[in-house]
Amino acid sequence: MQPIVSISNLSKTYSNGFQALKNVNLDIQSGEILALLGPNGAGKTTLISIICGIVNASTGSVIVGGHDIIADYRITRSMIGLVPQELTLGAFDTVWNTLCFSRGLFGKIPDPAFLEKLLKDLSLWDKKKSMLMFLSGGMKRRVLIGKALAHEPVVLFLDEPTAGVDVELRKDMWALVQRLRESGVTIILTTHYIEEAEAIADRVGIINHGELLLVDDKHALMHKLGKRQLIVELEKKISDLPKALTEWTLDLSSDGSRLTYTYDPLKIKTGIDGLLQAIREADLLIKDVHTKKTSLEEIFVSLVNTKK
Amino acid sequence: MNTYAIRVIYKYEMLRAWETLAQSFASPVISTVLYFVVFGSAIGTRIETVEGVGYGTFLVPGLMMLALLTQSIANASFGIFFPKFTGTIYEVMSAPISIVEILIGYVGAAATKSFIIGLIILGTAGFFVPLHIAHPVWMIGFLILTCISFSLFGFIIGLWATDFEKLQLIPMLVITPMVFLGGSFYSIDMLPPAWQTATLFNPVVYLISGFRWSFFEVADVSVELSLALVLAFLSICLVIVWWMFKTGYRLKQ
Ligand SMILES: Nc1ncnc2c1ncn2[C@@H]1O[C@H](COP(=O)(O)OP(=O)(O)OP(=O)(O)O)[C@@H](O)[C@H]1O
Ligand SMILES: [Mg+2]
Repeated sequence: MQPIVSISNLSKTYSNGFQALKNVNLDIQSGEILALLGPNGAGKTTLISIICGIVNASTGSVIVGGHDIIADYRITRSMIGLVPQELTLGAFDTVWNTLCFSRGLFGKIPDPAFLEKLLKDLSLWDKKKSMLMFLSGGMKRRVLIGKALAHEPVVLFLDEPTAGVDVELRKDMWALVQRLRESGVTIILTTHYIEEAEAIADRVGIINHGELLLVDDKHALMHKLGKRQLIVELEKKISDLPKALTEWTLDLSSDGSRLTYTYDPLKIKTGIDGLLQAIREADLLIKDVHTKKTSLEEIFVSLVNTKK
Repeated sequence: MNTYAIRVIYKYEMLRAWETLAQSFASPVISTVLYFVVFGSAIGTRIETVEGVGYGTFLVPGLMMLALLTQSIANASFGIFFPKFTGTIYEVMSAPISIVEILIGYVGAAATKSFIIGLIILGTAGFFVPLHIAHPVWMIGFLILTCISFSLFGFIIGLWATDFEKLQLIPMLVITPMVFLGGSFYSIDMLPPAWQTATLFNPVVYLISGFRWSFFEVADVSVELSLALVLAFLSICLVIVWWMFKTGYRLKQ
């Protein structure tokens, strides 16, 4: 199937000479939720801004729905909705007016019934006559989502949708994203929160220093890179690893009370059995044992660090 | 053509003026009244007529121009600078609209506002002095052309300005002096010869002269030259705006 968004060899050097994107290639499939994960300054906003027409690319091209974003900007832009990272809203507009403005700006015939439904979906209907400056941060964020959806886009970019949003609202936001996906909207979101990517994305892209390090199915990614750790709490602290245990790649915690063994759960022989045996033979008393799955976060940190 | 976009931009720009009605329309009226009181009453009693027209009446076109120029520039520059300043411009930039549509929306709204202000001032002046308009069609023509040209110029300033100071810089340091020295309150003939020559380098002179001709059929320079200059100014502004959008100047990094 033809991807809904296709990014080829995209690079961006800002006028001050800073290279924010380095040869990014990425295909986004229709109907998926893609999370772009990356630390501050990785280039996430830059990438989104180019696709939406806010920043000019230096080299490379982007195709949306089969159309070039420069040559056919009218077609591509009317397909796209953008929720910006910052809470950028006029102060004196009302919620209702700003939504009508957005819809018109994107060339859509006025449709009060649609906007009413949208506001109800966003739990903003009772605020429709409120001035934007009197809304709370979370409400402003939802107004921005409403503005982005006012022209019924098929691709939605959410630039850090849950920054500064409380836990409950974040869950609401995730539910909203799921509903949108069910209605056929392709969603690309950026986030710093690994749990967010883990919770809602189908695929995860990791970006750092302007490079797209990898893009993969979320489960495949965790499967491929996901290691497990066996943590052994010791009854008595030790200062050095006993000789018999040095052949195992163990981490001794700095206070000497805990051994960490990293293994691949997919291997037939994980080595756990032998390790526990060896620990006992080394006359160490085990206080507690538990295992831990590496999260996307750890995968992410290790990737970002190794590429430095 | 994305006519819905033009409509909403125009509508919301006009709405903004409506909500700040006092600022938008009342303040130019008040300052005009003050000019009439100061210049018309205080000085006007000493100057009887200028080129055969009562001094108070003679002031009308100049005062209108003064308001038109400053208001067009202020309205249009603020109209585009403010969304740039708050960041809401992202929406316009990501919308499926062309330069032409953006211009019609923003510059059209600013020009409409100053056109209305011009008419209000004319009406206000009618309370103070007898009005006389020899060529109403030309008068309206000059009015519209000036509103559009200077709104466009204001739009350029708004795009160019990176802070509030720069936004005020050109109107304060260039436009206001040019208007005051451009014969708003006097005829060029009243100046010493050396100043007369110097004044001919001031484009506002041509603007006011042409506009004044449509009222009294007297002009410092020929009407054709006035018209040609306004049109040339408009064209230059159009070229600059086109270049700004094409290169993404101060909008797209
Ligand atoms: N207009 C600009 N001029 C010069 N450099 C810029 C500009 N905008 C962004 N940058 C730089 O480009 C890099 C990428 O910025 P970008 O905003 O895309 O990062 P990000 O991944 O969105 O970060 P964050 O998570 O903090 O939002 C940063 O180092 C930033 O300083
Ligand atoms: Mg960002």
